[in-house]
Amino acid sequence: MDCQLDIFFLEAVLNGILLAGLLALLALGLNLVFGVIDVVWICYAELVMVGMYGIYFAYKGGAPFILAALFGIILVALAGAALHYVVIRPVLDSEPINQLLVTGGVLFFLQAVATMAFGVEFKNIGISLGSVSAFDMSFSKSRILSFTIALIGMLALWLFLKKTYLGTAIRAIAQDRQIMPLMGVDSKKIYLVTSAVGGGLAGLAASLMVLNYDIYPQIGLQFGPLIFMICVLGGLGNMIGGFVASFIICQFIAVGSSCFHTEWGYAIAFLFFIIAIFFKPQGLFGAKS
Amino acid sequence: MKIPKLSGNAILGLIAIAVLPLVVRLLFPSSERYYLHLLIQILLWAFIYTGWSLMGRFGLTSLGHGAFTGIGAYVTVLLWNFADITPWLGIPIAVLAATIVGVLIGYPCFSLRITGHYFGLMTLALTEFVRLVIVGLRDYTGGSLGTQPKRYGDGVSFYALQFEPDRILSFYIVFALWLLGLYVWWRVDQSMDRYALEAASQDEDAAASVGVNVTKEKLKIMALSSAMCALGGAIFGQYQMYIGPDTIAGLGTSLNMVFAVVAGGMWVMLGPTVGAVFTQVLTEGLRVLIQSSVLLKSTLGSAALALDGAIYGLLLILFIIYMPKGILGTWLERRGRVRK
Amino acid sequence: MLELNGIDAGYGAFQALFNVSLNVKAGEAIAVIGANGAGKTTLLRVISGLIPATRGTMTMEGANLRVTAPHRIIETGIAHVPESRRLFPRLTVEDNLRMGAFIPGARSKYAERLDYVYSLFPRLKERRLQSAGTMSGGEQQMCAIGRALMSGPKLVLLDEPSMGLAPVIVSQVFDLVRRIRSEGYTVLIVEQNVSQVLRVVDRAYLLEVGKIHASGSAVELAASDEIRKAYMGI
Repeated sequence: MDCQLDIFFLEAVLNGILLAGLLALLALGLNLVFGVIDVVWICYAELVMVGMYGIYFAYKGGAPFILAALFGIILVALAGAALHYVVIRPVLDSEPINQLLVTGGVLFFLQAVATMAFGVEFKNIGISLGSVSAFDMSFSKSRILSFTIALIGMLALWLFLKKTYLGTAIRAIAQDRQIMPLMGVDSKKIYLVTSAVGGGLAGLAASLMVLNYDIYPQIGLQFGPLIFMICVLGGLGNMIGGFVASFIICQFIAVGSSCFHTEWGYAIAFLFFIIAIFFKPQGLFGAKS
Repeated sequence: MKIPKLSGNAILGLIAIAVLPLVVRLLFPSSERYYLHLLIQILLWAFIYTGWSLMGRFGLTSLGHGAFTGIGAYVTVLLWNFADITPWLGIPIAVLAATIVGVLIGYPCFSLRITGHYFGLMTLALTEFVRLVIVGLRDYTGGSLGTQPKRYGDGVSFYALQFEPDRILSFYIVFALWLLGLYVWWRVDQSMDRYALEAASQDEDAAASVGVNVTKEKLKIMALSSAMCALGGAIFGQYQMYIGPDTIAGLGTSLNMVFAVVAGGMWVMLGPTVGAVFTQVLTEGLRVLIQSSVLLKSTLGSAALALDGAIYGLLLILFIIYMPKGILGTWLERRGRVRK
Repeated sequence: MLELNGIDAGYGAFQALFNVSLNVKAGEAIAVIGANGAGKTTLLRVISGLIPATRGTMTMEGANLRVTAPHRIIETGIAHVPESRRLFPRLTVEDNLRMGAFIPGARSKYAERLDYVYSLFPRLKERRLQSAGTMSGGEQQMCAIGRALMSGPKLVLLDEPSMGLAPVIVSQVFDLVRRIRSEGYTVLIVEQNVSQVLRVVDRAYLLEVGKIHASGSAVELAASDEIRKAYMGI
């Protein structure tokens, strides 16, 4: 155990903040879909995985990274819309647990198909941006980039929801679905758009993740539960709550990992989550119940 | 002790299952061990799935029961390996531990009315936590590679509760366990608690207003369910003689339980058993098919083994959309007898 | 403008409207009065397409409403102010109004329509950034009507605008109705408050248990003994 309040501690804290940006972006997509459509995509992390593979192959196929990233975003946006159209819509009016289970099925399916199509070996996109040093601390540039892009992504989403007609309709439908036709809004279309935006956010996150992590079919199992935890902790459906929760959890992970073994960082984060929910089961900023 | 009145058919069915090992010995003398293994897996998982369904049928869909099977298995094995505590003591301790964890998670959830999505995600977090702890304690648990209980003597031992080499003995142990599971299910079904829980699953406030202590009822069923799954996990460890965080704990295990019960029929006594037959036969059948199919092996290579996951996933989706009552449930419904 | 002929409608096995026929001419203000459960709200929902009619014809300026998708009815010029206002509680007043202008035809005129609504209802302008759910009942009704006007409708459907409001607010609401009427909108208003609504409209229909029992000018109906005894407590 290695835990003094020294420069390494500070580095861990700051790295935690950088990681939180990325996880907050991931949580955002999930929260959006839940807040609007009232469904939890258990397979959300698997959608990100699909995006990561897409970006990997596009890049390796010769596309410049920006284009590959764009491809990834569009790919997962379409996947999100398809997920809603094919799998969610038939069970939209049945019990919430059916929606969870049906996306659980997609989880199995995507992991298996990815294994069959791409094999189990880890793939890495091979882009190394190097690192910056400040005061004896070193930070990977790709982490800093991810953090920045994540913040920009969140800002873009906020602007979209606040300022555009479609975005306002998305906010409105979460509050009163039944009167939407009276305003000329086709609910089915809004749900599709929301699913596409949720997928797009996952795709954006995927483009940031390929810069920092290896790709393999089971990667969803690594961060999927973490994202759910962050969303529930922040209050499922509450986007700002997810943001804050992400930062809290990432501090536990970063500090825990630097003091103990990596697993313990995560374990402590989960334990914190369980205890926090014990006291505030709606989440720290619980909105929906 | 209340005993159910069994119909003639039921008694015949039980006898048929009880003599299955002998049938296997007659029909497949050379591959007896393999087929017995299959039957044992089916009955063991059927027991575990039945334990899960005690909660699932009342709308308390846990995505984290892998935590309980994991605790059951690992506590038993670790107590044996590192403290030389016989599983006869170790298993009750493990079951108690799992029950305590279940109640600890259940209490805040139920008293604060967490249901549906939230409950599912909470249990998901729990199973992840347990898996992380298992992997984190790698010096004891072997981490993600798993571990084995120390073999005692030649592998068949009353003291160490080990029986794997004797497949026939193993079968009857698991058969008894399975019957126990069905009995528990039946007792719950007959009890007043069942009506209380059904009322609560429809409308908690209404149930509370007629005097149902919703929290206590839910905690009772959760304790029972987690205990059963822990027991199943422990016996799994003793039979398989190997446990791993992903084979007996973790999200995959939890989702398998849900899938099997949904496929078999959540509200029917034999539904989870049908689900176990379905999933085990599916997995085995696919494995055999893939191994013997040159075409599949050449196109997919070793990744062909993932095919069962793909089919699993597809089937889960199709079942939820088209047959949410499961195979047995839908069949019974179609025959005009809906037992809810 | 709006014509219903022989409309049947209901909820599953339960039929709520039987052979309902009515018409609204351009520039008129028409009321449909009746007791609770008579089917008045159902009637408006059928016109807006939220509930399908099982029999009969329904046209708006000749356009067949029965074959129009619910979210496209607004494009025929009908704007529906729902029962209990149904504002989006956590959106601001201005966002609620913006939602009223969602259809493409209304978006291009958003700015001028917004000014217009604010000039009609200055109190809304004061509260434009306030969450709609935190306003008083009367203000919410104002906002709901304003939201309907944002689409530039020809016909405004008002579903029990006085419901759940204190008496002094109720007369303010009927003043609002007079106001939009004088702005040139055609109005179909459904109401339980018979005495007040008959003072605001030209003609009225009496709906009882899903059937039209009487119709005539507002003056006639207000003078009828049957109506006075049953609905006006006289």
